Amino acid sequence: MTPIVSIWPLAAILVSLLGALPIILSDRHPNLRESWTILIALVKLMIVASLLPWVLEGGSYVFTIAQVVPGVPIELRVDALGMIFALVASCLWLFTSIYSIGYMRALDEHAQTRYFASFAVAISATIGIAFAGNLLTLYLFYEVLSLSTYPLVTHKQNAEARTSGRKYLTYILGTSIGLVLPAMLITYSIAGTLDFTTGGILAGKASPEILALLVVLFLFGFAKAGLMPFHGWLPAAMVAPTPVSSFLHGVAVVKAGVFAIFRVIFHILGPETLQSADLGSLITYIASVTILVASLIALTQDSMKRRLAYSTIGQLAYMVLGAGMLSAIGMLGGIMHLAMHAFGKITLFFCAGAIYVASKKKNISQMDGLGRRMPITYLAFFIGSLSIIGMPPLGGFISKWNLLLGAVEGDQLVLIVVLLVSSLLNAAYFFPIVYRGFFVPATDGEEEGIKEAPLFCLIPLSVTALVSLALFFFPDTLLRLARMALGS
Amino acid sequence: MNATNLHLFVLVVPLLAALAINLLGRRSRQWIAPLVLGSLAFSVFGSVIIMARVVEYGTLRYTVGNWQPPYGIELVVDPLSALMMVLIAVVALLASFSSLKSVEQELPGREHFFFTLYMILIVGLFGLVLTGDAFNLYVLLEITSITTYGLIAMGKGRAALSSFNYIIMGSIAACFYLLGIGYIYILTGTLNMADIARILPTLNAPVATATAIAFVLVGLWIKMAFFPLHSWLPNAYSQAPTGAGTLIAPLMTKVTVYLMVRVIITMYTPALVFTHEWIARGVVWAASLAIICGSVLALGQKDLRRMLTYIIIAEVGYMVGGIFLANANGLTGSILHIVNDAFMTLCLFLVVAAIIYRQGSVSLVSLRGIFRRMPITMAAFTLGAFAMIGVPPTCGFFSKWYLILGGIDGGHWEFVVALIVSSLINAVLFFRIIELGYFGSLPDGDNQEHAIDERREAPWWMLSPLVLTAVILIVVGLSTGPLVNNVIRLMIPVGF
Repeated sequence: MTPIVSIWPLAAILVSLLGALPIILSDRHPNLRESWTILIALVKLMIVASLLPWVLEGGSYVFTIAQVVPGVPIELRVDALGMIFALVASCLWLFTSIYSIGYMRALDEHAQTRYFASFAVAISATIGIAFAGNLLTLYLFYEVLSLSTYPLVTHKQNAEARTSGRKYLTYILGTSIGLVLPAMLITYSIAGTLDFTTGGILAGKASPEILALLVVLFLFGFAKAGLMPFHGWLPAAMVAPTPVSSFLHGVAVVKAGVFAIFRVIFHILGPETLQSADLGSLITYIASVTILVASLIALTQDSMKRRLAYSTIGQLAYMVLGAGMLSAIGMLGGIMHLAMHAFGKITLFFCAGAIYVASKKKNISQMDGLGRRMPITYLAFFIGSLSIIGMPPLGGFISKWNLLLGAVEGDQLVLIVVLLVSSLLNAAYFFPIVYRGFFVPATDGEEEGIKEAPLFCLIPLSVTALVSLALFFFPDTLLRLARMALGS
Repeated sequence: MNATNLHLFVLVVPLLAALAINLLGRRSRQWIAPLVLGSLAFSVFGSVIIMARVVEYGTLRYTVGNWQPPYGIELVVDPLSALMMVLIAVVALLASFSSLKSVEQELPGREHFFFTLYMILIVGLFGLVLTGDAFNLYVLLEITSITTYGLIAMGKGRAALSSFNYIIMGSIAACFYLLGIGYIYILTGTLNMADIARILPTLNAPVATATAIAFVLVGLWIKMAFFPLHSWLPNAYSQAPTGAGTLIAPLMTKVTVYLMVRVIITMYTPALVFTHEWIARGVVWAASLAIICGSVLALGQKDLRRMLTYIIIAEVGYMVGGIFLANANGLTGSILHIVNDAFMTLCLFLVVAAIIYRQGSVSLVSLRGIFRRMPITMAAFTLGAFAMIGVPPTCGFFSKWYLILGGIDGGHWEFVVALIVSSLINAVLFFRIIELGYFGSLPDGDNQEHAIDERREAPWWMLSPLVLTAVILIVVGLSTGPLVNNVIRLMIPVGF
């Protein structure tokens, strides 16, 4: 179907970019400022949702912003793959906005205006990544996302935040300029275009050596996906306020990295081209190592957020693993895991934040007995962790099942083992948290005063947990989009 | 004034203004601002009209006093000259707002001297991009250099010494250039560039031609501070009065790079310059070294303005390297970078001027917590920094794009690596400052108290051109396509 030229994709991006202005201007009126945030989040979700029906029918929207380089305009294109990411991101941004209000006010954080304004720019860039029509446009929004999240990561403005901010920029900006930029230019000079095309743009044009080089440059260059050894920024970024960790470092930023890798594998390099150069195993091995090592490190972390961060690194590698299988079902699993993990992981982060707000506790070893004081939070945490482990009846099961099928179908015994072992490890680092919460009695009496976090925190985390559950029973829309994204 | 000589007026009006400033500004400083701004606004207006006309009708030629070339002086406005005219006019106008304010503070009572030189410098720059005559170009080059010496010498402290150092280097450069032109005149009997381009390839004098080319290029390289001929620049630019720096830093080196492009494309023809592949290869290597060394030297600086001067040296390497890649993408990237770098440098020097106006220093230590004191200035600085790093959609990204692409096309991987490494170093350089400004002086431990600095934003005279320049960085970036297709592509010689 011919694409429809429409300004709505641009509107979806601009609404929060321009929305940063009224947020800054209502600096002195917190209630008004937060109303803007919620309003913008709602409008954005509505715009993205309004684009869904046509995309489900197999159509797409395009909009050219500017002609910059021959053959590569700054262009937006809404297709099925982008739609999945945009839907997940704009939906979860709404919940995060509500949660942010509860969290930031309960802790009486400073510089909240800067926080909400930067957040608005970041979500703009995220939607921009989802709707980018070619690699240059994606790169543009990818960089904007990196830079707009810097003030969020360093929000506390203390020495630790400064160190983490440095680490964050070094990894993220260093790889995008040092690896992705040359890879993109090499691709452009070979193909003469950077448009996302089903089947890729390099078929028959690049030698296997060049392809291997590009795979390595792109995989590690999009360091937001956290493939080892370029993962170190993610645990460091946990110094940010929890809503930032949950949304950006559980969903938007990290998935922007994975999404970019998807785009490159599906629409730039092309699965068949990679298959013929026998590069799928290169990708899956890099991902497998990350999955296992990250899960093992997660076991050793006592800080709740750091454990979640290492869990995220492992789960992101699952998605890359799926894409690297280069088979329809494996790639489907990868795409589905992007969505399923988002709802599961954000629930876990929301819970970690709620526990911190209620009890000021960051370490798992201090959280004995908290589950009885905060049953809803802990229940949500349990649901979220089950989803990420991949147990039915939760969304995560669907994606992991497809990944496993992909491994079986490809006769890749090593991958089957990796997936199974890793699931066990996931369980091993999540269940103790829940167990300690419910069954280990609190050691001293100070837990008496602790009760559930404010409703602004509690409602979003309950809803995202329920969505994880619902996605098991109603995954059809997502599955359909994912199948369309793979062109089948 | 009529359709054919409007470009002459773009040059004459600021010249008359320079004289008027000296006469009237002596009596009352009230005259200075209207004369400076009025004449430059006219130049902007005129140059934009000329640009539109050149894009529509093609190159304009005008013989001054109706003396026909090759004897008379010919003014030629082709798309590239027109682009440079607009660039010079816009940068000069934006810079002059800020200069008026900082000169008022730094050089009270000497404003009319300063702005007389300032305007003559701008006139000289206009002349340089208009002239079609190689000797006339020498004269104008000296006009701009001499006014620059004067402007720099008006600075405080060791400025006079730095200026003297610059005079020596500049004069050596002028000698080189003049010698080269002398050879050309002996060889061809003409000084008109178009004539030279016609006659030179027909002569069978490879050694003499090569010598002439080498002398002219070396002369220009000294003037543009091409590494390792750069030593005069950091002191001269960082000790000049702030108001002079905002004009000189964005324009002087860039116009000299333009002259090199002009000399190579229009006068010598690329075929002659790039005959020996190993020479072009050597220059690209030198440019790569310039980029790396400029960036690394910038890392060692403890003052924002000095740091920027070393970045200028690195950026000169970008542009020289791009030209000597001797392919279409490289040349496009270089010409685009002339425009982009002028605006980026302007943006950052306007920030420097604004901060110096408020707190007297831009040493890195004094920038602690500056975001709180001057949020709008620093927002513009951040944009300028992103452009220098090469973050899309700021303009710096797109010229780098073409330059890297040119490097890949030409197989010059050393140049590609140099560009990427320099982007990374720029990221370190600028984020170091952003970090200082953003975190301020950290209290010990996990203490969240922040010293509340009083907000003292720069005056509107300095802030508005700065904000406008920051916006221009994005606008130019997004207009890269039209700019390349309608203007720069027309300048790429056949066979590239």
